[in-house]
Amino acid sequence: MAQNKNLTTFLQVAPLSVVLFFFFVVPVALVVLVSFFRYQMLVGIVPQFTLKNYVDLINNPTTWTLYLSTIKFALIVLAITFVLGFWISYFLVFHVRNLIVAIGLFLVCTVPFWTSNIIRMISWRPVLGKEGLINSGLLKAGIIDQPYQWLLYSDFSVVVAYVHLFTLFMIVPIFNSMARIDKSLLEAAIDAGATRWGVIWNVVLPLSKTGIALGALFVVTLVMGDFFVVTVMSGGLSGSATSGMFNDLQFMNYPRAAASAVVLLIVVLLIATAIFRLVDVRKELVR
Amino acid sequence: MSASHSYGPRPWTFYALAALFTLFVIFLYGPMIAVLVLSFQGPSGSLVFPLRDPSLMWFDELFNPRRTGDVMGALGRSLPLAVLVMILTVLISVTAGFAFRRRFRGATIIFYTAIASLIIPGLVLSIGTLVTFKYLGLRAAWYTSALGAHLSWSLPFGLLIMFAILGRLSPSYEEAAYDLGASKWQTVKNVVVPIVFPGMIAVALFGFTLSYDEFPRSWLTVGTKNTLPLEIWTMTTNVTSPALYALGTVTTVVSFIVIAIALGSIVIIQRKRSRGK
Repeated sequence: MAQNKNLTTFLQVAPLSVVLFFFFVVPVALVVLVSFFRYQMLVGIVPQFTLKNYVDLINNPTTWTLYLSTIKFALIVLAITFVLGFWISYFLVFHVRNLIVAIGLFLVCTVPFWTSNIIRMISWRPVLGKEGLINSGLLKAGIIDQPYQWLLYSDFSVVVAYVHLFTLFMIVPIFNSMARIDKSLLEAAIDAGATRWGVIWNVVLPLSKTGIALGALFVVTLVMGDFFVVTVMSGGLSGSATSGMFNDLQFMNYPRAAASAVVLLIVVLLIATAIFRLVDVRKELVR
Repeated sequence: MSASHSYGPRPWTFYALAALFTLFVIFLYGPMIAVLVLSFQGPSGSLVFPLRDPSLMWFDELFNPRRTGDVMGALGRSLPLAVLVMILTVLISVTAGFAFRRRFRGATIIFYTAIASLIIPGLVLSIGTLVTFKYLGLRAAWYTSALGAHLSWSLPFGLLIMFAILGRLSPSYEEAAYDLGASKWQTVKNVVVPIVFPGMIAVALFGFTLSYDEFPRSWLTVGTKNTLPLEIWTMTTNVTSPALYALGTVTTVVSFIVIAIALGSIVIIQRKRSRGK
């Protein structure tokens, strides 16, 4: 019987394991391997061990500027999406009194997630552009007499697009954690004399930390790994940690692109590990 | 169903947060609506408001491959790919989800591999998959390398959803069914499936849309022929006409149809079940 159960379990996880092995483990292993190979013009990858790709990267001041800029974006976006995600979830879970309405409003927030990111990015152009809705509105209202140039193709529009695309990744996990909080806990806290802020700070916030951690993990890794949003929304003015990789790929310099990829991967994994250290996400997920 | 505080007058925070929520929804949908409206721009109109003599000319232009590239072809690859990813995601993540209800050797490593696969930057995976196919001497194509790259991202999502769903399926339900004399098949059919089915639809929805809209993981893995998101990306740099908005409208309509089918069937199933009680 036990033997039988083990076999069932094995068969159940086998397909998942096979896909993850061939389309995640092997590709990542090969990226690591190739990052130590030499690149030669017209030949491509030459299987000779070298650290040159990494040395090039670290000695290139652009790498550092790009990483700093990406980390800056990640922190700004993390702060905004956290504030939005926390209060929107709080509103839906604790303020909306009808469960059906709460689920309906939650779905309203999630529907855009299932539509194309590129289209959602482009859709800011007629809004933020020089002749866009905001500028023409402000001009008509007589508030400004010159259109704002910084609305589009700037750091501002990059942040707007990130928040637009990624806030959902905060809302869903935080909503999920908050929905599990036993409401009688809040009443008990109030009966015990806690203020509304006291309840939020001492009860709701700690009990939502799994959701917050998962949300932060998604948002930070999405921003760190992004190339396309920053390129489109900054009009090519800003780069990201992935820009170097992109350039190398255009010249088929796979080894150096692989080295960039490995560095990025290490940074992302360090962030993920830090978050998992703070909160045992797995314990909360698999119960 | 009860509110946090006993029923009574709404606190001021309710109104403040309701206002925040409304602004957020406007922020989410406003630009999409702008694009939707502008895709009906007439011949004398531009890329921005106002809308002049509404027409369908840009949709017409969109399906005329001479000008805008191979949109129909891209759609013809993106849709079957998304359906394939959807089917495989449901089958694989549902079965794997059941395995995780028991402790087994390797559970932790598989779990963390899945999480790592979820958070790895799409571009890194794209490079990795391309290099893998190169080394194996295989040709990258949407139905091989892109399919795998999409699965490496949709499966962890599906697995997380299954964890959330199966968390509600206590093993004692199945034990109770066995104790009452149900066969294994009856238990699966009458106890397990009804609880898990809405979750499976959610997994299917994620599988479809994650693939249909995926860009970074497709970028190097689709081979010589583009999928729809890549086609849109090329258009963002080449096409400076409202045809781009028309494409946006078409893609969004496809997404909305899929979302409506998924959510609608969940509602129907829930209703049937509550009527059965």
